[in-house]
Amino acid sequence: MTRELIVHRAGPAVTVQDGGRPGWIAYGLSRGGAMDRLALAEGAALLGQGESAALEMGGMGGRFEAGCDLRIALTGAPMRASIDGAPVTWHASHALPRGAVLEIGPVQSGAYGYLSVGGGLRPETVLGAVSAHLTAGLGRAVEAGDRIPVGADNGGAVARRLVVEDRFSGGELRVVESLQTRLFPEAQRLRLGTTRFTRDARANRMGVKVVPEGDAFGVEGGLSVVSEIITPGDIQVTGDGAPFVLLAECQTTGGYPRLATVIPADLPRIAQAPAGAELRFRFVTMDEALAAEAAHRAALAALPRRVEALVRHPRDVPELLGYKLVSGFSNGEHHDH
Amino acid sequence: MSDLPVYPLLRTAGIDGLLVSFGDTLSEPANRAALAFRAALEREAWEGVEEISSSLVSAYLRFDPLAVRHAELEARLRGLMASRDWLQAEMPQGRRLHRIPTAYGGALGPQLAEAAQVAGMSEAEALLSLSSSRVRVTALGFAPGQPYLGELPEVWNIPRQQALTPRVPQGALVLAIRQFVIFSVTAPTGWRHVGQTAAPLFRLGAERPFLLAPGDEVEFPQVSAEAFARLQADPEGGATWETLA
Repeated sequence: MTRELIVHRAGPAVTVQDGGRPGWIAYGLSRGGAMDRLALAEGAALLGQGESAALEMGGMGGRFEAGCDLRIALTGAPMRASIDGAPVTWHASHALPRGAVLEIGPVQSGAYGYLSVGGGLRPETVLGAVSAHLTAGLGRAVEAGDRIPVGADNGGAVARRLVVEDRFSGGELRVVESLQTRLFPEAQRLRLGTTRFTRDARANRMGVKVVPEGDAFGVEGGLSVVSEIITPGDIQVTGDGAPFVLLAECQTTGGYPRLATVIPADLPRIAQAPAGAELRFRFVTMDEALAAEAAHRAALAALPRRVEALVRHPRDVPELLGYKLVSGFSNGEHHDH
Repeated sequence: MSDLPVYPLLRTAGIDGLLVSFGDTLSEPANRAALAFRAALEREAWEGVEEISSSLVSAYLRFDPLAVRHAELEARLRGLMASRDWLQAEMPQGRRLHRIPTAYGGALGPQLAEAAQVAGMSEAEALLSLSSSRVRVTALGFAPGQPYLGELPEVWNIPRQQALTPRVPQGALVLAIRQFVIFSVTAPTGWRHVGQTAAPLFRLGAERPFLLAPGDEVEFPQVSAEAFARLQADPEGGATWETLA
């Protein structure tokens, strides 16, 4: 039996994403990869596997069919989802038996939902990764009729969930000084920390525009600086005074001055901020940023231990002992009764 | 903006990057210094370093900041920066000289005449100048494999046009401010489209997926529109290269 995920319908921004392709910036190719890498890690933890390629769904999901018995995990921005018409929980893993149809609707909050599968998605590897990098012309968006190869699944539990902190409605983003922070007047640097920003409708995998409440930002005379390396998270200020936070598919170099850089631990939050969400920035020192990075990595490493059984509260389940948690899968932790 | 920066200048880029810059504007010595410093970083091969790159006037190093302390790498970088006058450095070894056949003017280079006029020469003089110039890949960026090439003779210090050309095709040779760019994708641009090349800049599956590397040198010899049509069937687009001694 061919291991594959069959696509019957896909939203306009559905792509296969993994951790991206580090190491090519000298050749003009940015890393790319999942906009919310935490969601990839959550999917992997729910399925008890290493980080694997998943479907990233910007704004809208699609209609998918299991070409074989699959285990799936739904992470990132919560979307309305059902399997053969029965609603299923987000931030959780489920069985998707061969022929079952998974319907995923629009996001309920956040921007990017993720569909991970046991064994991972395995389309063609290009320069060491499978992720589509549409800006660079690598790969393409997923479309109706696609049959996406799935790797061998080591097996494991389904009907597991993760309790996830809300990163899907904006909030505070920690930033460090960028290459060009000191080109901006001190008053503007201070104002960055006190201004409320709104995530603009203009956003894609290259970055998101954030509109300040109050005065615009900018370097005197609209100074253009010599083109320099871009780091994902860089807050670039172009002519119109509204900063643009550069994300997974940013260009590798750019000549607009950058006000500050969002730290990696907070990139999922900015990537997931929906249009209209309120955002704030807070400068932290490099030491604080490194402590945040260490905490972020520790949280990623702890994800598998935080996975728990997806059960309703005993009060709501009169016949808990007769309740069939899992069907069609056997594993060391769950047994059909 | 109190103190003026002193070059070479060491700055952090995000939490996991360090950048050594040799100037605040593009110049031949600053670009050469960036390329030479990058080559030196590759030779040093410090533990914890995950990526080494260069841009127009800077060398860049990405590392795991939890495995190597900033202070340690910064001390090493300052040592390397002070070890010599990088603006006097030789170009690194192992670079290539590419010859990429180019059809100039006409439908394949619709702005050659206009560019020549802005530069104050005849179309024939412009063609001779451009097709005999040798330029260096100063950096790649904007799109995968897309080179910035410089410097052309001073007469080509012409500004970008005010309005954008909505689309130039893949392989378009465009110029402004003493530089060429070859477009690796179809895109809008303010640079003037003077010729067309057929050499793929990025080829999947190839041992070296990108034709050009920073520091390589390139010439764009002229071919007729008829010869160019034949080159389009050639997987190399007629491009040849040799290692620079």
